[in-house]
Amino acid sequence: MEQLKTIGRELAMGSQGGFGQSKEFLDLVKSIGEARSKAEEDRIVLREIESLKRRIVEPGIPKRKMKEYIIRLVYVEMLGHDASFGYIHAVKMTHDDNLVLKRTGYLAVTLFLNEDHDLIILIVNTIQKDLKSDNYLIVCAALNAVCKLINEETIPAVLPQVVELLGHSKEAVRKKAIMALHRFYHKSPSSVSHLLSNFRKKLCDSDPGVMGATLCPLFDLITNDANSYKDLVVSFVSILKQVAEHRLPKAYDYHQLPAPFIQIRLLKILALLGSGDKQASEHMYTVVGDIFRKCDSSSNIGNAVLYECICCVSSIHLNPKLLEAAADVIARFLKSDSHNLKYMGIDALGRLIKLSPEIAEQHQLAVIDCLEDPDDTLKRKTFELLYKMTKSSNVEVIVDRMIDYMISINDNHYKTEIASRCVELAEQFAPSNHWFIQTMNKVFEHAGDLVNIKVAHNLMRLIAEGFGEDDDTADSQLRSSAVESYLHIIGEPKLPSVFLQVICWVLGEYGTADGKFSASYITGKLCDVAESYSSDETVKGYAVTALMKIYAFEIAAGRKLDILPENSVIWHMECQSLIEELSASHSTDLQQRAYELQAVIGLDVRAIGSIMPSDASCEDIEVDKSLSFLNGYVEKSLEKGAQSYIPENERFGMVNISNFRNQDQLEVTSHGLRFEAYELPKPSVQSRTPPISVASSTELVPVPEPSYYRETPQTAPVPSSTDTGPSGLKLRLDGVQKKWGRPTYSSSSASTSNSSSLKVVNGVTQVDGVSSGNSKTHETSYDSRRPQVEISEEKQKLAASLFGGSSKTERRSSTGHKVAKASSHASEKFHTSKSTTIYSADNAVEKPNLVQPPPDLLDLGEPIVASSAPSVDPFRQLEELLDSTQDPGTFGGTKAPDFMALYAETPAGGRSAGVALPLSLNRDGDNLIPGLSNASSNTVHGGTTVTNPSQISKGPNVKEALEKDALVRQMGVTPSDLGFTLLLFLLRSRYMEKATSSAAPAKIGGGGGGSRRQSDLNRSFKLAIRSLLTSCSKQELAKAFSNFSNAEQESLHRLFIQDEFESLCLETQVGTALETVEQLVEEKNLDPLFSEKSNIMDAVQNLSMAKRNEIHYLMGMLEKAEEQNRCLQDRVELLRQKMPDDSGISVVMEKFKSGILSYGTCSDGI
Amino acid sequence: MIKAVLVINTQGKPRLTKFYGFLTVEKQQELIRSVFGVLCSRAEKVSNFMEVDSIFGPDSRLVYKHYATLYFIFVFDSSENELAMLDLIQVFVETLDKCFRNVCELDIVFNYNKLHSILDEIISGGQVLETSSTEIMRAVEEISKCSLPPSPPSLPPSVMSESASNSISLVPKTVSGWRSR
Repeated sequence: MEQLKTIGRELAMGSQGGFGQSKEFLDLVKSIGEARSKAEEDRIVLREIESLKRRIVEPGIPKRKMKEYIIRLVYVEMLGHDASFGYIHAVKMTHDDNLVLKRTGYLAVTLFLNEDHDLIILIVNTIQKDLKSDNYLIVCAALNAVCKLINEETIPAVLPQVVELLGHSKEAVRKKAIMALHRFYHKSPSSVSHLLSNFRKKLCDSDPGVMGATLCPLFDLITNDANSYKDLVVSFVSILKQVAEHRLPKAYDYHQLPAPFIQIRLLKILALLGSGDKQASEHMYTVVGDIFRKCDSSSNIGNAVLYECICCVSSIHLNPKLLEAAADVIARFLKSDSHNLKYMGIDALGRLIKLSPEIAEQHQLAVIDCLEDPDDTLKRKTFELLYKMTKSSNVEVIVDRMIDYMISINDNHYKTEIASRCVELAEQFAPSNHWFIQTMNKVFEHAGDLVNIKVAHNLMRLIAEGFGEDDDTADSQLRSSAVESYLHIIGEPKLPSVFLQVICWVLGEYGTADGKFSASYITGKLCDVAESYSSDETVKGYAVTALMKIYAFEIAAGRKLDILPENSVIWHMECQSLIEELSASHSTDLQQRAYELQAVIGLDVRAIGSIMPSDASCEDIEVDKSLSFLNGYVEKSLEKGAQSYIPENERFGMVNISNFRNQDQLEVTSHGLRFEAYELPKPSVQSRTPPISVASSTELVPVPEPSYYRETPQTAPVPSSTDTGPSGLKLRLDGVQKKWGRPTYSSSSASTSNSSSLKVVNGVTQVDGVSSGNSKTHETSYDSRRPQVEISEEKQKLAASLFGGSSKTERRSSTGHKVAKASSHASEKFHTSKSTTIYSADNAVEKPNLVQPPPDLLDLGEPIVASSAPSVDPFRQLEELLDSTQDPGTFGGTKAPDFMALYAETPAGGRSAGVALPLSLNRDGDNLIPGLSNASSNTVHGGTTVTNPSQISKGPNVKEALEKDALVRQMGVTPSDLGFTLLLFLLRSRYMEKATSSAAPAKIGGGGGGSRRQSDLNRSFKLAIRSLLTSCSKQELAKAFSNFSNAEQESLHRLFIQDEFESLCLETQVGTALETVEQLVEEKNLDPLFSEKSNIMDAVQNLSMAKRNEIHYLMGMLEKAEEQNRCLQDRVELLRQKMPDDSGISVVMEKFKSGILSYGTCSDGI
Repeated sequence: MIKAVLVINTQGKPRLTKFYGFLTVEKQQELIRSVFGVLCSRAEKVSNFMEVDSIFGPDSRLVYKHYATLYFIFVFDSSENELAMLDLIQVFVETLDKCFRNVCELDIVFNYNKLHSILDEIISGGQVLETSSTEIMRAVEEISKCSLPPSPPSLPPSVMSESASNSISLVPKTVSGWRSR
């Protein structure tokens, strides 16, 4: 600024034309230079633009003047203002015959336009002409423009000329032609693939400059495919030799060094060609050694060449002599005062450390100096080096340093990077659980919002799965220490959201596991979190789910009383208010979670135990997506004449689903709004109604969906189970199939398999063997000596901790720290076999239960071990696990609801009608399939209690199946089983979905959380649960109809709670209407063209019309439902009178059964 | 390859910008601003290198050199050698110095298109084409010799810069002085 002012006088002189520019331009530059603010500068530039706009279109402007205008345009654009109004003039200028004007025109267009700009087409012709020009300067100008302006489509237009120019007499033209061709290769490799041999040819060009230029494209080509150019190794080596021996003309010397830029490029190419190729490398040793010797290390460019030599040596096949020379150069670099050289030295050290770890030791103090250097670039480079040489012996020092640095910087980009590196190192080399947790806490605390969410999920998974040790004590220690530290940290203000999610999840899962902290303490903390981070819905969601888990565990552990309000009023009140608040939340997710919580804590001990098994987050859930367990039922129905299921996509287009939709469609076509989504609510509306009258009404279930059932005669009172069955099924499958993203449902192919594919594999996780963090093996196994140089104590200490003491714990260093449980058996065996070696024997003695080396991260230095990796029969493992969990007493506390134990228990327990239900619930929850097949087979056989042993025996375990069979006989399976089974299935799947999506979101791709189907599913789940919970006492019912079978009692019970259902139904329908409106609004928001294409009134009309239609339709449904309810009530009355009559009962049973079935299926299918 | 060549003065005003991939004007300004912001905060006597992934995307390095009131900045990827790039800046400035006899900021501002000609000789399509300043000079002189418009002829560079160098000297040190740095 100052300086520009002082030269203001001189500008006057310049304005005489001394700079070849007019006074105006000088004034412009001057005033911009003197501008005191950005605003002022902008004003000046805008004024300039105005005047240029005006003047550039004046007729008859002298060409010189025009040229200046163009340059002023370029200048204006460089300052960040739009000069597009002048582009066309720049294009015109390229047509000029005068070289200077033409060049100015080309310069302007290359700066203004990108290769896809519309004006390019006007230039291509000019370029073609200019490439043929006799004046080589014009050709050069055109070639420059070609590099920037020609895109893939226009390459063919100029390609022939460019290729021709490769043989031009002027070397400058040849060089530029090569560059242009190289550029074409960049833009579209296929367009010039037939011309690549030209580059090889040009390598032999008589002009060294052209040869040097050829190295650029060759470097790229060799990077992509080194093998096709191996034959050139000898040529490159001989060229390099000649260059290094000063055989090139003096003109190519730079600072007394012969053509250093060509040397550098050649060395880069040799590094590529010699990588992993001993034969090729041998050709290079001599010349690289020569350069090491000869190269002048006093100049900057000399060091550049030396550095390139080091890179080459580190890349090609190892040669000890060269390595030594490289190490010497590195030593020189590191000792230098220049930061640039230190930087290069650190970088080179990072490259060599892979080959020869000892080198790092010689320079440990230099490295520490660099680490403490104020220069950020150098510091970061050094951290990169440390990252490469981390092992378990120095991980604590390095990671602590990294975290300190991370805290000190503001650059989010680098903060993120260094945070993820810390996490990676900590996961790999953590010396203790405690340290690991502490480190992760620090990382999350300071960079929680920057790290990838996956890191958080990894941490959760790690805590859940443990470090791979076999004994549970270490795992539970890890968890306790995590819980403890989180409880400590949770009170701090402004924690990152990701961290809070981890905290909430861990507290929920393991907060009460070790009994150190009371549930009330932890729930209190969780409530605090939810309150103080009230704007963060994700955190709130995690907190609520954690609350739910804690309550569930408490109840399951039999401490039910604790959570009743009268016993601990204060904290319960807090939660109560939170839950109430969330029940009314705008976020449907939070609302849902809140309702779920309320629902779950209302269940009894056993149900909760199976919905929310303690410490079961690692369990795998296998989901039978095709619902093959229903196949038997479907087949039976088909035999009875039911219609087969038509996949949705086939259904579409065949028929109009309803008149409701018809109207929509008309409107849709009129203004292009997407109304397709209207169809979605329909099935849900229909299927949501059934719960009202599940037990009683059969007609309500196959809700008139004209498309499917047009032909089906609707015989009103006669319960046509064939009808209801498939329709219920269809709806249900529809929902399920959508949820898991299966495109079509293929049950029509009626396979008979009842495979037990929906099961929880108890205790055996089938997570991928090794976590991602382990996959990167660090080759850091090198010995280290104590620092020998006398130097400040602190530095020495640091050096020692960084470089020293590696030998003792080395074995562990190269192995990952984290192993999935599944591989722990294998790793244990592996460990023992390994303990023959000294190091690991050491290890085993020192820390027997710390780290088990996983078989996949073998230390490369120990081939013996590698070859002895054993494998363990997974089935045996499973068996063991099954055996170990067979103790019935452990049910409440064991990891997962143990079905074996349950079965052993069930027959013993008293079975009043009231107890029977939860028992069956539990059973089905634990093993859905046999239960289902039983239920369905029973149903089909008309309510008899005959079971099909062959189906049962397909369960996971014969013994279990037999026990189950016995149980079934004893209990008298009720048709309602199916409904409950499905309900349980839903409950479980929801819980597991949460667990998995929080612990390992990768398992379920995205979870489909926001999908419409799923929300419907959730809704139905909620309704079902609520209806169950609000029912009248079952015992009363049982008393009243004591001579009824369980099944009948159950069915009757359903009837009694009908009122509840009705009110729910009302609620549902209103809700659906609202939802539809919401959806429409959302759609409108999503549709970018909406506001342009249609007017709002239209849309409003449409919306209200649609809404009205739907409400109308729903009202109709409701009326119908009520009518049928009445009818059924009458029938029940009748039934009660005719109770003793057996035949009458069986008829009624048939009706009930079908009703219940449809209830179950529909509630599922919503 | 080289991604961009920037010349920015110490107040953050761009004096020469050349991007070898297309960027919108707004993006260019944003990059210039962030580069300037980073350079400003760098202490004296530190390395001339920086990793600028956060500004120019992955695999981006930057080499800069501070001459008097100007920063010369080259942005490139890992296929280039940092020290060599530093010398390329040197080549560029040496050539400018030869062209303008004691180059200063004003020369650069007013001879904007000439600067581009020089740069085009050194770097073509993001690749280093020529590193000998004499060669570059020869090419540039040939261009300016050739077919200048007849009416008021702009002075040949030597004359031009002589008139400038008498009075304006924004660059305190000669190139030979920088070389020894």
